Amino acid sequence: MNNLLLLGDEAIAQAAIDAGLSGMYAYPGTPSTEIMEYIQASKDALARNIHSEWSANEKTAMETALGMSYAGKRAMVAMKHVGLNVAADGFINSAITGVNGGLIVVAADDPSMHSSQNEQDSRFYGKFALVPCFEPSSQQEAYNMVFDAFELSEKYRIPVLMRITTRLAHSRTSVVRSHLKVQENKLKLPDDLVQFVLLPSLARGKYKSLIKTYESIKYDARTGKYNSFSDGTGRDLGIITCGIAHNYLMEILNRVHKDYPVLKISTYPFPEDIIRDITARCKEILILEEGYPIVEEGLRGILDSGIKIYGRLNGTIPREGELNPGIVAKALGLPGSYVEKVSQLVKPRPPSFCKGCGHADMFTALVKALKPYGPGRVFSDIGCYTLGALPPFKTINSCVDMGASVTMAIGAADAGLFPSVAVIGDSTFTHSGMTGLLDAVSKNSPVTVVIADNSTAGMTGGQKSLATGRLSRICEGIGVEPLHIRTLIPLRKNHAENVRIMKEELEYRGTSVIIASRECIQTASRRKKADPGEKNKIKPDNEK
Amino acid sequence: MKNDIILSGVGGQGILSIATVIGLAAIENNLFFKQSEVHGMSQRGGNVESHFRLSGSPVASDLIQYGHADLIISVEPMESLRFVHWLSKQGWLVTNSSPYINIPDYPPVDEILKEIRKIKNNIIIDANTIAREVGSVRSGNIVVLGAASPFISVPFASLENAVKKLFQKKGDDIVEVNLKALKAGREFTGR
Ligand SMILES: Cc1ncc(C[n+]2csc(CCOP(=O)(O)OP(=O)(O)O)c2C)c(N)n1
Repeated sequence: MNNLLLLGDEAIAQAAIDAGLSGMYAYPGTPSTEIMEYIQASKDALARNIHSEWSANEKTAMETALGMSYAGKRAMVAMKHVGLNVAADGFINSAITGVNGGLIVVAADDPSMHSSQNEQDSRFYGKFALVPCFEPSSQQEAYNMVFDAFELSEKYRIPVLMRITTRLAHSRTSVVRSHLKVQENKLKLPDDLVQFVLLPSLARGKYKSLIKTYESIKYDARTGKYNSFSDGTGRDLGIITCGIAHNYLMEILNRVHKDYPVLKISTYPFPEDIIRDITARCKEILILEEGYPIVEEGLRGILDSGIKIYGRLNGTIPREGELNPGIVAKALGLPGSYVEKVSQLVKPRPPSFCKGCGHADMFTALVKALKPYGPGRVFSDIGCYTLGALPPFKTINSCVDMGASVTMAIGAADAGLFPSVAVIGDSTFTHSGMTGLLDAVSKNSPVTVVIADNSTAGMTGGQKSLATGRLSRICEGIGVEPLHIRTLIPLRKNHAENVRIMKEELEYRGTSVIIASRECIQTASRRKKADPGEKNKIKPDNEK
Repeated sequence: MKNDIILSGVGGQGILSIATVIGLAAIENNLFFKQSEVHGMSQRGGNVESHFRLSGSPVASDLIQYGHADLIISVEPMESLRFVHWLSKQGWLVTNSSPYINIPDYPPVDEILKEIRKIKNNIIIDANTIAREVGSVRSGNIVVLGAASPFISVPFASLENAVKKLFQKKGDDIVEVNLKALKAGREFTGR
């Protein structure tokens, strides 16, 4: 079937399969997770043996994909926007090494922070690394772009960034498949065996040629075909749209039967003349971009060009948050629609722990154990257990970036806070918590690390956790005293016992780890449905 | 033809199944659509919404503009009110009357229903009770879809076919219950 119903994420995954992908590497993160999940579920991918195992974090995913590219094959990495911070070192340096097999890095941004701690705009990373960036405006364009991105990557020997946002990633529509017969690349070492060696003497030359490549990519047809200009009748206002913002504009213009000169930008860097084409025609420019005012800043510059520019920087568009058709209509000066008021009766319904979640029992015990010391000493992390910030627990005092619970607890302990506690999920622990624990062990820092082990990455929908079944051995290997690695089962019936264990370790003046292990009830019930005999029961740490 | 639909409820109440059924019916009728979903954090017992844009011609925006939805389908009464700013003046609001109470300050249900009745075109259906009568409380979402079906521009038979397709993997009994649920909802609205 050539016509599929796909989420934006899935369109990218299907395109990668169709474009001869050999390896997919990712760490889960909303709104990027479904790219990997689609490949893992794909029969084609299975038949072709495309690598599709979750990585420990975005940095390992990025580097593994670069290794596959080194060996000549096509690879893709996917992550949420903040994942690119974790992978940034590898990403930025991969621009300088260049690639051998085609390499696409997908970063899924989350403007309005539907499920994220910030709304950073990954297009910045493209510019920062001097890597071309594709920003699809629709699911179909996302599908098509993957082919061009791989070709571009191999032609210029450069990784390509693909930036999507939540609404594209998580919206389903019909997508037409094409080019189904692309062969995977054969194993082939780079012609130059020191291509990937970034000794300063070699890196300097490579950086110079990267700057040249970045310039010439602007004029390549594979990027150029996604930037299009359509003229309109008016000469006063011209509109520049980036990525998905184009759809919101088209929605409004179709409805009110208006036209303007419109320049759609979907790849970066783009040649300056396409901007000059529209600015030469129009007296005023409205810029609609999802995310930061990147194109707008470029256009405004510092010196006044004489053209009036409307966008996020002058308040025509809100400075933060995602776009929507209403914002675009308002920016065009259209009269507001009739809008019903939402009743005062409607109360917020924040996410909460599932009924029967082990994390809740863990927090109940921790709250009790910490009672004598007073509030303000629990550093936490990102995952379902972050809900420990909300009533009735209100126990955690930080959630910053993956792994920061352990290291912030060490810093606070250094400052004299005792007890200083970290609460971290199992997947987050193997993502970025282990190195922090090594810091703690190296100076026997008086911190207690509670690993909330539900044997999955629960928050993102229950992906495999690389920690499952290995946590106590990992902690021992890192150097935590075996006597101070305690495992417990967070169940109501064990409450008294669990509080006692926690109290003991909170009092210990060295590094201790408490592994609170009970399988996520969501993954457990899904597994039971799929496998009633429980042949594939996963064994958390306390059932070795 | 254009149907802009907001689907609302609480994470886990099955609004994605409603969206899938409408989507399958749309395909059967060669219609265009875009359906945006919410994943991640909010699925944990929080409120969820999905935008379903059905049209006879290609759809540009993935999102519906405030004040432009033709229909709100809600599987939970308070959640139907959360999204009324999307509803157009002539739009219909179809909601389940059974509350899903997982917050301490859930308002009295009577007051919620009174507020819903202030919306010009509203249909309030006790989908949980009807679903239980036809065989399973879990089909409450499909009952609500049935009640909303007169306002969706696809033939009822296409929705039935879609229900068959969606639940076929779960066995004939489940298909049967959901077909009954769809029909019971339709009969309630009676158009
Ligand atoms: C750098 C980064 N990568 C990915 C994510 C997305 N993310 C948030 S929570 C989470 C899963 C955490 O799993 P775990 O630590 O096991 O906790 P659980 O949700 O299962 O309680 C992921 C992948 C993120 N916020 N930041």
